[in-house]
Amino acid sequence: MDMQVSFLDRLFDAGLLIETGVDGLYGRSGQFEDVIAAFERLIDRVGGGDGAEAMRFPPGMNREFFETSGYMKSFPQLAGTVHSFCGSELDHMSLLKCMEVGDDWTAGQEATDIVLTPAACYPLYPTVARRGKISAKGALYDLQSYCFRHEPSKDPARQQLFRMREYVCMGTQQHVTDFRQSWMDRGVEMMKSVGLDVTIDIANDPFFGRAGKMMANNQRDQNLKFELLIPITSTANPTACMSFNYHQDAFGTKWGLNLEDGSVAHTACVGFGLERIALALFHTHGLDVKAWPQEVRATLWG
Amino acid sequence: MNETIRELLGRVGGLPVAVNEIADDADLYAAGLSSFASVQLMLGIEEAFDLEFPDSLLNRKSFASIQAIEQTLTQIVKTQAAA
Repeated sequence: MDMQVSFLDRLFDAGLLIETGVDGLYGRSGQFEDVIAAFERLIDRVGGGDGAEAMRFPPGMNREFFETSGYMKSFPQLAGTVHSFCGSELDHMSLLKCMEVGDDWTAGQEATDIVLTPAACYPLYPTVARRGKISAKGALYDLQSYCFRHEPSKDPARQQLFRMREYVCMGTQQHVTDFRQSWMDRGVEMMKSVGLDVTIDIANDPFFGRAGKMMANNQRDQNLKFELLIPITSTANPTACMSFNYHQDAFGTKWGLNLEDGSVAHTACVGFGLERIALALFHTHGLDVKAWPQEVRATLWG
Repeated sequence: MNETIRELLGRVGGLPVAVNEIADDADLYAAGLSSFASVQLMLGIEEAFDLEFPDSLLNRKSFASIQAIEQTLTQIVKTQAAA
């Protein structure tokens, strides 16, 4: 824990992250953003030739789609919903009164149609489903979004609002599992090229409660999730900087994603935790980018 | 036991076929039992039989068939009796 606080403090002191008073909610300096931009260009160089269709959604999604996604079944503790004041002038007066005396003024806030995006690919599935059948050759998408997860922490690698870059593949089981494998190989090579020491391990999502324990065991038993791990705040518990997920036909069935032959599409996604990768670079090579090894700088900035 | 399991399976399993058409040794996942439905089945069984699955048995194998569920439950009851 101390090590986590000290790395966070060093990042604040260096001005790379900017304190807001809320754990896991930080501003980023221009330098920090430049590292993320450079790493995203590296992702583009590696994955760009695959011809993915790029889509960018804001960090909020349609609440109806969020409900259909089943996120609340698995991760109710992580979700963030957007609420607003929808009352009358009289309600406004009592709201201001509450704020003035320090009472809870949020009780009257009402849910809007927007939920904070929990993973960059969530708005994609209903979007693709609306388009109709997926080509027999499969489909590939490129997404990036700020994502929200309610898990306040002093570990700078566990932020509440962070960016996730993703490639999502839809097609036959063979097609999407090949896609996932190819990105596991590419991920290791990419991290090596920027001087990061990585391991890949089987993983599970942080499902809620005892029922979640079973979901997690099922996920592991079926090799559905792998993570690329890099030591950031702990060597014993390295941080997941990429994840490689095979959803089987779960999203295909849920959203009605069908291939041209009528079969349900299988899906897989590969995600890059952009802040975590930047933090791994700063942790490994130091907080002064100009002092990073020449070959790492060359890979990132040419 | 078999009857209670079948009744629960019919209620929360979300299977596309009637439960009485499923053999005791039939693969429930192949029959359409989703991961989430298997979790609901687990919670339903715990309530009906007033027991708790240990973490080591919270997995797909324990719920692979009606027979597997019966075996898992027998094992839990035996362990609890011994404790």
